[in-house]
Amino acid sequence: MAAPIESPGRVAPPGRGGVGDSPVRPDGTLKVAGAFAFASDLGIDGMLWGATLRSPHPRARIVSLDVGPALAVPGVRAVLTHEDVPGSRHFGIDGLADQPVLAIGEVRHQGEPVALAAADHPETARRALAAIAVEYEVLEPVTDVRAVIADPEGNRVQPLGGITRYQPVRVGDVAAARAEAEVVVSGEFEVGMQDQAFLGPEAGLAIPAEDGGIELLVSTQWLHNDLKQIAPCLGLPEDRVHMTLAGVGGAFGGREDLSMQIHAGMLALHTGRPVKMSYNRYESFFGHVHRHPASMRYEYGATADGRLLYADVEIVLDGGAYTSSTLNVTGNAASLGVGPYEIPNIRIDAYGVYTNNPPCGAMRGFGAVQACFAYEAMMDRLAAACGLTPLEVRRRNAVSQGSRLATGQVIDSPAPLAEMLTRLEEMPLPPAADTSDLRNLPGGVSQTTHGEGVVRGVGYGVGIKNICFSEGFDDYSTARVRLEVIGGAATALVHTAAAEVGQGLVTVQEQIVRTELGVRRVTVAPADTRVGDAGSSSASRQSYMSGGAVKAACEAVRGVLLERAAARFGHRDLSLSDGKVVSRAAGVLASVEDVLGDEAVEETREFRHRPTQRMDPVTGQGDSHSQLALCVHRAVVDVDTELGLVKVVEMAAVQDVGRILNRTALEGQIHGGSAQGLGLALMEEIVVEDGVVRNPSFTDYLIPTILDMPPMRLDILEYPDPAAPYGLRGAGEPPTLSSTPAIVAAVRDATGKALDRVPVRPEHLVA
Amino acid sequence: MRVNLTVNGVEQTVDDVWEGESLLYALRERLGLPGSKNACEQGECGSCTVYLDGVPVCACLVAAGQAEGREVRTVEGLAPGGGGLDPVQEAFVEAGAVQCGFCTPGLVVQSHDLIERVPDPSDAEIREALAGNLCRCTGYEKILDAVRLAARRKASTT
Repeated sequence: MAAPIESPGRVAPPGRGGVGDSPVRPDGTLKVAGAFAFASDLGIDGMLWGATLRSPHPRARIVSLDVGPALAVPGVRAVLTHEDVPGSRHFGIDGLADQPVLAIGEVRHQGEPVALAAADHPETARRALAAIAVEYEVLEPVTDVRAVIADPEGNRVQPLGGITRYQPVRVGDVAAARAEAEVVVSGEFEVGMQDQAFLGPEAGLAIPAEDGGIELLVSTQWLHNDLKQIAPCLGLPEDRVHMTLAGVGGAFGGREDLSMQIHAGMLALHTGRPVKMSYNRYESFFGHVHRHPASMRYEYGATADGRLLYADVEIVLDGGAYTSSTLNVTGNAASLGVGPYEIPNIRIDAYGVYTNNPPCGAMRGFGAVQACFAYEAMMDRLAAACGLTPLEVRRRNAVSQGSRLATGQVIDSPAPLAEMLTRLEEMPLPPAADTSDLRNLPGGVSQTTHGEGVVRGVGYGVGIKNICFSEGFDDYSTARVRLEVIGGAATALVHTAAAEVGQGLVTVQEQIVRTELGVRRVTVAPADTRVGDAGSSSASRQSYMSGGAVKAACEAVRGVLLERAAARFGHRDLSLSDGKVVSRAAGVLASVEDVLGDEAVEETREFRHRPTQRMDPVTGQGDSHSQLALCVHRAVVDVDTELGLVKVVEMAAVQDVGRILNRTALEGQIHGGSAQGLGLALMEEIVVEDGVVRNPSFTDYLIPTILDMPPMRLDILEYPDPAAPYGLRGAGEPPTLSSTPAIVAAVRDATGKALDRVPVRPEHLVA
Repeated sequence: MRVNLTVNGVEQTVDDVWEGESLLYALRERLGLPGSKNACEQGECGSCTVYLDGVPVCACLVAAGQAEGREVRTVEGLAPGGGGLDPVQEAFVEAGAVQCGFCTPGLVVQSHDLIERVPDPSDAEIREALAGNLCRCTGYEKILDAVRLAARRKASTT
């Protein structure tokens, strides 16, 4: 057997668009020119427009439903109800298929799909919906999560439940530790329902296929998981549902669950014509799940010098009417419920429950965000009780490599939290605001004072997020790489099903190919289901997982190429360097093009991260996470204490990313994640009253504008994780965790208010 | 109804326009110009920003009929002929101001207008000019970088 061929990892010199460089996005030119095809831009000859009738009630029985008047509207081609679902009438993202494709006899949340229409013009389709006669018997909605926990049977909103998941965590002896504690602090905290508010509304195109199946061009985060849910509902085998990723206008978790996919497929199969569906913003607020609202009770005990002895925690997450991702969100809240701090005795009770509120599921941070707001508030309370600075109390309790999480899992790669906090402390603070310019004051040019009541505050936040899928999920990604000579130059084609949602995965895939194969010309093929599963663009996992798969496929291609060269030249001390096959003894032997000739090399590889374990259902113990990532923030705010207005003056962040693959894209993730955390801290909430959403528009649901976002200072650390490709650490979510508590802490510092609920509203500051 | 207008320098006639139809719908669905985006369709997000007789407007808030006899310039019409990009577009790509890109066309048009009016804008002026354009991905830092870069580029070439 021949000796293995040597192949150094890095074969693209710096500056050539490989790993570590920041080449421009391959889709950037199309996007700035208005030529990039987002899902809502798709069209085809003979296409119909689909529309969805949704329930106005959070809970009601459907007494009668008459589609006749809608079918009589000129231009209407189909009106469908649950009776027209060709296959299974239920679907669900995490294996529990509890969500009806269209309501069957009852509706369980406002906005639940009830019927579909297809017509020649979108306005005609909407008129058809208005003509559908539905009689509802309105029922009292279940909206109080604590009532559900107290009486799950009496508050059952759907066959599954009650309580979606109860996950305890038990470490040590909390009662004994309570007796020893010299300092005890406690608090009750709430997090409001946040929306992903991606700018590109749900949209897609379904086209009847020649094989009797369906072509679906949709914006999603995970093509193959969509496929698994869609095919049974359409009554089709999976190999006749052909999915292609359409341009995705942001995701942030909100595209993990299905929206229009099955509906458009039904209409297309029924009419035999292509059907486009495109939500408007109002419908989008009902078309996807949101971040779980949380209600949390915390009690911490510590020594007089601020060393934590115990944590006693209850976290209740409102999952709304259907399961969506609540099982895993609850697991995350439990396993990360006390954050990256060493605590010898822990009792956590985490619940996800069903109500008639809007369904909640994945959003950036996924269960870790809610707990982070609470545990960071607790660290500040502990600091105040012990007479320590917020940074010092965190450093005294900070995890490091070798520490155990609440789950008992040992952190076995770098966790430089103490260093990160010190770096934050050493960053310069911004100067006092120049109040001669109103634009520098809270409220900006609408300020009605001259800043007499403005007080500055500084606050800190720390967050820890699991990267990749946890708790035993078989998490993998597939990549196919083809290397061939096109027009005289070696050209690589990368094919995965991984969803580019804006984060820059297409750029990183190209960079990895350049680094591994040393070729300059790299094309990323459109993501579709003609290649194996790539897993979801979520959990900050795609650089790790699909990056790892592309790297593995490149290594396989390189191996084949070098074997060919070895056979031809008789040397085995071969490597690739800058487009050449090089022998250590004999120097450059040939160009890659020369070795390839007319015969392409194509290899497909699956990549897995190390296995994880389910949390024990009684103790919560287990190595449930693959990788963990830390981010810390400092926020500086000016608060007008008379008007209740907040201006975030500056944010600073320190994040360990293991290895920077693309600094520009990475900074964009930290900036953007921090902005979403700012939104949760100060402005973003879907206001739900008795199960009814009060603000489903960008007029009433506010996301940060360029005037709300301050300048940011970033300090990015690279402590490689030996288990991960290139040593990288997933980076997209952690900044969303820590920015919220940092901002609220800064507002507390300025106002002295307790502020135990986000988003903080003006009335909380002037009361 | 029939609407006659000039779009990106080309005279266009659009038939069968419904009275309630927006200029945005006419551009996207009737004139084959989907570059202007439909993120909120109520004037809150700026993703559909186009020039109407040289003034940036939200195309979703303009009835198609209001554009009769007027000149519309969309993101597709910013670049010089021959496949190049306007310096503002180039700067957005190079500075990393584009992630998902759904807000980008509106921000590019709005930034283009700012630099036409104020060749060397301060950060406060950039923030004020772009305050009506929502971006959910970037946190705006790279957008500020892009506008600063574009202003420098334009200043050095004129």
